[in-house]
Amino acid sequence: MRKTILLALSAVAIASVSTNYAGDITGKISLKGSAPAEKDLPIANDPFCGKLFAGKPVTTTRFYLADSSGGLADTFVFIKSGLEGKTIPAATGAVHVDQKGCEYLPYVFGLQTGQTLNVKNSDPLMHNVHVTPGAKSGNKESNKAQMAGSKDYEYTFEHPEVFLRFKCDVHPWMFAYAGVVDHPYFAVSAEDGSFKIANVPPGEYVVEAVHRKTHPRGTGITQTVKVGADGAKADFTIEVPAN
Amino acid sequence: MNRFAIFSAVATWFLIGLGGLVTSHEAGMAVPDWPTTYGYNMFLFPPSQWIGGILYEHSHRLLASFVGLLTTILAIWLWLTEDRRWLRWLGVAAFLAVVLQGILGGLRVKLMIDQLGIFHAALAHVFLVLLCFIALVTSRAWEPVRFTGWSVPGATVSLIWIATGLIFTQLVLGASMRHQHAGLAVPDFPLAYGQLWPSTDEVFLEKINRERIDPLEPNPIRASHIHLHMTHRLGALTALSVVVALAWRTRRSVMGTAPVRRYAMGLLVLMVIQAGFGAWTVWSNKAADVATVHVLLGATGLVAASLTGVLSARSGVLARIGSSRAPFVRNVGVKINGENLAANTL
Repeated sequence: MRKTILLALSAVAIASVSTNYAGDITGKISLKGSAPAEKDLPIANDPFCGKLFAGKPVTTTRFYLADSSGGLADTFVFIKSGLEGKTIPAATGAVHVDQKGCEYLPYVFGLQTGQTLNVKNSDPLMHNVHVTPGAKSGNKESNKAQMAGSKDYEYTFEHPEVFLRFKCDVHPWMFAYAGVVDHPYFAVSAEDGSFKIANVPPGEYVVEAVHRKTHPRGTGITQTVKVGADGAKADFTIEVPAN
Repeated sequence: MNRFAIFSAVATWFLIGLGGLVTSHEAGMAVPDWPTTYGYNMFLFPPSQWIGGILYEHSHRLLASFVGLLTTILAIWLWLTEDRRWLRWLGVAAFLAVVLQGILGGLRVKLMIDQLGIFHAALAHVFLVLLCFIALVTSRAWEPVRFTGWSVPGATVSLIWIATGLIFTQLVLGASMRHQHAGLAVPDFPLAYGQLWPSTDEVFLEKINRERIDPLEPNPIRASHIHLHMTHRLGALTALSVVVALAWRTRRSVMGTAPVRRYAMGLLVLMVIQAGFGAWTVWSNKAADVATVHVLLGATGLVAASLTGVLSARSGVLARIGSSRAPFVRNVGVKINGENLAANTL
């Protein structure tokens, strides 16, 4: 009995030491090549959503959001392998998505299986939240109306899926994409292409970067990194081949 | 009753057009509940809430309800007043079809199964033909005397049925394309990605999906989408060729006064326009109004071909066995100068 308690205490101690030495995987997603031009969303043609945008710049599609340095936003980066045998922290907190100005914000986000996704409607008009998972993902399709001012919806997804699509059929240009993985080690690149996967336990991992448009099948580019106490660096270049 | 049947058929034609607008605007799921609309009784849903895709989907449901009502009245009317038993049962069949069609539409929404939408579209066209057939057989055009001067060889009748089958196949293929949510799988015409038949290998598919910028973010194009699209093009060419052959054959083999010559020529004109709208649908990047006219012309073509087939087949039957013994013959007792004209024409 004493032995068991000692072993359990040792395991907890090792786990806490490991967490203490957890590091961040940081890097930048760069776009190489010339991306196709974005197109205007047909928001202005809609009499109700158009009012929300009166006098504002026209919103465009968000397929290749790259800054002047080539940093590419909205790329989902996550640990693909290397976590086997490690203790995976349970999902904590909720991820929030808003329907504002007849758009989903954010457009791309990450989510852990079992983690709560909170979907809000801040618009003064109705939307429908249509979750359209891949046929083989195991996640459930659903379609619910969300009136203006009504309560938020909460979702959880049990199966990993990159990307899980949300759409509004009332406003057919409204989409959001979730990268769902079964651990908390993921990030979405910011406007300058930078990303940070925080608190990764020490070890060697395969990290994958998936851009929704460049990798339409959900399989991106990978590299192996070794995370020590000072973390690890992983830069990715996503190429758009010339025509 | 005939006018009522025509009215029901015209309402159904508009209903198919509205269905085309629903799919063209990707609005099939804009109302997530059924038979209610956003929790309201469908008929009490406030017009102020008919926004975006809801406008198309909700209008489609309301018009469908109206067509359901019309069909019910038509079926009862036929049952109570019609002396041809087969026609009474045809009214019942129309009623059952419209009920099934409503349930299919509802299940499409509730079960979220795209493939049900294809059956929904196919049944819509069959139902339209059924109503048009009822309108035809309740009209004076169905009277035996009207078939004076008709003489359609069996081979020509077969050609009409082949054309009808091809047009219907085209409508099903078109519905399949619409319900894949993949947008235009081939964006150019008359070539396809600059070739006669495009490549469908993985490298090519990845390239076109990467380059496709569409605000409606359709599903990634797969090889099956391209094959389906190209099959629809080949089907159009085949159907058009058969209709050309039909028009040519009727000019050659059918006597000059027979209406089937005019019908075949009318069908040819319709199919040429339809092919033009098919091309325009591609060139306009599947503009909703153009794509919907394409759907409606297809439905019109199916009705025109099938009714021409029915009339031609009936002329043959009347010619062969005599009006009094022919199936589907109504004893109208048409007499001119004291003589039974129907009998004289057999």
